[in-house]
Amino acid sequence: MITFKLNGQQRTFDGDPDTPLLWVLRDFEKLTGTKYGCGIAQCGACTVHLDGTTRRSCITPTSTVEGSEVITIEGIDGKEAEAVRKAWIAIDVPQCGYCQSGQIMSAVSLLQLTPKPTNEDIDGAMAGNICRCATYHRIRQAIHDAADTMEG
Amino acid sequence: MTFNAVKTTRRSFLAGAGLVIGFTLAPKVFSASAMEGVPAGGDKGLSQINAFIKIGPDDTVTVLSKHIEFGQGPFTGLATIVAEELDADWSQMRAVHSPADDKGYANLAFGLQGTGGSTSIANSYEQLRNAGATARAMLIAAAAAEWSVPASEITVEKGRIKHAGSGKESGFGALADKAATQTPPTTPKLKDPKDFALIGQELPKLDTVGKTDGTAVFTLDITADGMLYAVVAHPEHFGATVKSVDDAAARKIAGVVDIKAIPQGVAVYADNTYAALKGRDALAIEWDLSKAETRSSDELTADFAKMVGTKGHEAANTGDVDKAFTGKDVQTLEAEFVFPFLAHAPMEPLDAVFIKAADGSVDVYNGAQFPGMDKKVAAQVLGLDADKVRVNTQLAGGSFGRKAQFGSPYIAEAAAVFAATDGNRPMKHMWTREDDIRGGFYRPMYVHKMRGAIDAGGNIVGWDQTIVGQSIMGKAELDETSVEGASNLPYVIPNLRVISHNVSLAVPPLWWRSVGHTHTGFAVETFVDELLQKVGKDPVEGRLALLTKEPRHTGTLKKVAEMADWGSAVPEGRQRGVAVVKSFGTYVAQIAEVSIGDDGAPRVHRVWCAVDCGVAINPNVIKAQMEGGIGYGVGAILFDAVTLGQGGKIVQSNFHDYRSLRINEMPAVEVAIIQSREAPSGVGEPGVPPAGPAIANAWRRLNQSPVRRLPMVNVGSV
Amino acid sequence: MKSNIALVSVVACIAINAAFAISNISLAQDSPANSLKPAASFQSIADQQQRSVAIFEEAGKVIQHPRCVNCHPATDRPLQSMSMHPHQPPVTRGEAGMGVPGMMCNTCHGPENVKVVAQAETIKSIPGNANWHLAPIEMAWQGKSLGEICNQIKDPQRNGGMSLEKLIEHMAHDDLVGWGWHPGEGREPVPGTQAEFGELIRTWVETGAACPS
Repeated sequence: MITFKLNGQQRTFDGDPDTPLLWVLRDFEKLTGTKYGCGIAQCGACTVHLDGTTRRSCITPTSTVEGSEVITIEGIDGKEAEAVRKAWIAIDVPQCGYCQSGQIMSAVSLLQLTPKPTNEDIDGAMAGNICRCATYHRIRQAIHDAADTMEG
Repeated sequence: MTFNAVKTTRRSFLAGAGLVIGFTLAPKVFSASAMEGVPAGGDKGLSQINAFIKIGPDDTVTVLSKHIEFGQGPFTGLATIVAEELDADWSQMRAVHSPADDKGYANLAFGLQGTGGSTSIANSYEQLRNAGATARAMLIAAAAAEWSVPASEITVEKGRIKHAGSGKESGFGALADKAATQTPPTTPKLKDPKDFALIGQELPKLDTVGKTDGTAVFTLDITADGMLYAVVAHPEHFGATVKSVDDAAARKIAGVVDIKAIPQGVAVYADNTYAALKGRDALAIEWDLSKAETRSSDELTADFAKMVGTKGHEAANTGDVDKAFTGKDVQTLEAEFVFPFLAHAPMEPLDAVFIKAADGSVDVYNGAQFPGMDKKVAAQVLGLDADKVRVNTQLAGGSFGRKAQFGSPYIAEAAAVFAATDGNRPMKHMWTREDDIRGGFYRPMYVHKMRGAIDAGGNIVGWDQTIVGQSIMGKAELDETSVEGASNLPYVIPNLRVISHNVSLAVPPLWWRSVGHTHTGFAVETFVDELLQKVGKDPVEGRLALLTKEPRHTGTLKKVAEMADWGSAVPEGRQRGVAVVKSFGTYVAQIAEVSIGDDGAPRVHRVWCAVDCGVAINPNVIKAQMEGGIGYGVGAILFDAVTLGQGGKIVQSNFHDYRSLRINEMPAVEVAIIQSREAPSGVGEPGVPPAGPAIANAWRRLNQSPVRRLPMVNVGSV
Repeated sequence: MKSNIALVSVVACIAINAAFAISNISLAQDSPANSLKPAASFQSIADQQQRSVAIFEEAGKVIQHPRCVNCHPATDRPLQSMSMHPHQPPVTRGEAGMGVPGMMCNTCHGPENVKVVAQAETIKSIPGNANWHLAPIEMAWQGKSLGEICNQIKDPQRNGGMSLEKLIEHMAHDDLVGWGWHPGEGREPVPGTQAEFGELIRTWVETGAACPS
């Protein structure tokens, strides 16, 4: 039995402990905002926050989150999350939208640790998140916009 | 295996501004009325004004989109067109996918329901203007009857219906029921485009909000009580079939429910995705390669090249090409281009959910790009009448052409997986990224052989192009999609010949974002650039001089040159290249600024883009499509190839060896839209074709070496 | 909470390494190409300095193996695979060699190697260790000769301030160093065992820690 905190609530899982967190979130918890994209930590669509930092849930055995705190796109809040969502909506960042949960989880983490990121900081945080629609141009802009609104 | 504290709720979450609803489906109580995607506030009480418009008591106007929303913005674009003629306020607009219907919801460019060829706006423009204007007239008629005033005195503005004389005023909702019973006008009056209030505005997209908080529902997100999760083991060679399977180890895995051979491979059914994957991993399958493609990509290239010079299909032949090349003092330039197979690699791998209702009918949930075709094929495989299958189109995580397939082979596979069960459990079938990259239906491989002739005066007088590759349409005769952009070369060259050879392979081909222009655009635009360089002409001026019959090419080219201040000093270590390509009725010119990166690979710093797509319905969406198309094109040109290794085994498998452009590689993009009164044309694809040749042209100036073989960067395996 | 978890993971990791070490010894014997000559076998070299150099050259089979050099890069970007290409996705070392905000090493690398199931056959596992991080830039080995690395390893300015005694301890027992022998499915381990490697380093130090020219 694995116990962890998910979006503020205590949860348990007694299935195969090797099950990647991604599939526990999606198949068992029905939290489908976190996406499958590659299964090998190349695309970032499955990004969640694990104990406060970004984590690719597709390669995270659920056994390793025992006692940890997991936040998904459905549970992320705070001023950074609010600023990021607003900025994303203001310039219509998403196209197909499938990767955007992961993009937003990475962007929020970046702003939590680096409130005023440079382009280089943005590249560093976001280069693990693939967007096949290539909304990168707007992701970059939206992160800068979010930083500005947090400052303002 | 259970998950404690999971609530088996019948949860429904609204997507964004009320677009599509996702369910935790309980199949036995699932009713047909809930199948089509339900707008905000629920489907109940919505009045259907016509095939495309429903109005709710809360004044919301829901547009039924016959086109799938997978990022190119049809929900927003189609709703804008309706709202314009309806004089609705943007805040009351919603959009959902229409039901599958090849007649009522046909793409007027195809004759069946389908999204592709950048046609969503173009084919819907007049149709939805009429639908909007009709609905407006019916609302006015309803108000006139309700208020006993002449219809001619009623005005509509921003969603409010008014009669000035009596001071009466209403929203749409209160009159919707009555409006639905009015006789629609036979020829509704359309607005003069100069009076457009919404078309041309940068309205916020309708599907954005749900895509920022995880509530947008894609096919992969649909769950049902008791659902089976299925994956299929596929061969690593095209054309291979299952010879034998040892599934003993797989069956021992907790959660694996069953394993079945199907025509496409071996299906593994489980209680959750991970168990299904583990089960698939534990299968021992022997494949029969007797009918498989066993040639490598290198061998295919050599075989393709051998066809040049043999008799092919004549796609263009004007003037006397052979004579042009043998004229006095003629200089010639020759080149051979090799284009690899390309996978579309949309973020959401192919997937579908099948649920059987109590009456034996079946609901299919998928990102249906050809919903009518999907419905027909699913019915055939399931042995049902077509009216017993409902296709419920879902938001899709990209497609780029992948989901638009004649014969719907993916749905055929998913249906075969479902048909092999007793059908009593809902089933989700999913491809992994490996299934996707190795799944075929690629942009085909092509070899182009080019010859150009320049006369003593420095004029390009001869153009001889041979294109060898698969026919995407599966034709034995000339396939226009193999030669589009080359056979109708925009440059005025007196002696032009384009020959096409179709080859037949076991690797299934498909259109890939911008179809033939993916390779013809590259070959034409790099080759003309080289010819111009050879005669010492400026790439922009030289092109303009050859575009005497093409004012819209000229317009975009001049605009992009102005944006980039073409001819001004370029930063140290960088070069610029230009390209202009018309595709799907839309004209796009781009200038790329490139340097040699630390790793020796091209570094694309900036791309300027001018687009002429006729009337700009939503400039924001158009710009987004140019940005995205450029990113998609840059990624492919730099990194992407699916190659067949020795013996024909597919080499690449996932994003580590089939690289996608990443944010650190994305150029800064600046887009300008040419003001136009021409009918609107598409923007989903046309941003792609010029990006590659613009980069290659800059690259040739950087290191004096033309790009003949794609991709430009050799992506090492991990 | 975070530090507690890390601690638990370290303990778990050591236990796993110990278990693996047993099977790996037999593997080394079966596979001479992937083995290390024992330190004692260098006794036949009479000249102590030459012996010391020879021992370090043997240890160099480990030190210059891609499994080790990949995380001792000369730039801010780690390398990957036997071909030592730049890490994909592109990650950078950050202030502490642990990555940068938004994409830390532990965004992907957990406390243990993780087997990847039914995905790319070229990526059988994601490597992991509780202490997964990049060697500081002054400890860069990429592109350097074994002689240069040798001098660098001895230099407290460029070896993290370690005395030779501490260096022996580090090479023989550090858990992250030990990952090289247990790199996860689909990855070639470095030759020999960590114990044999530690013994080579100890003998090299005892013979004067001479470096190849």
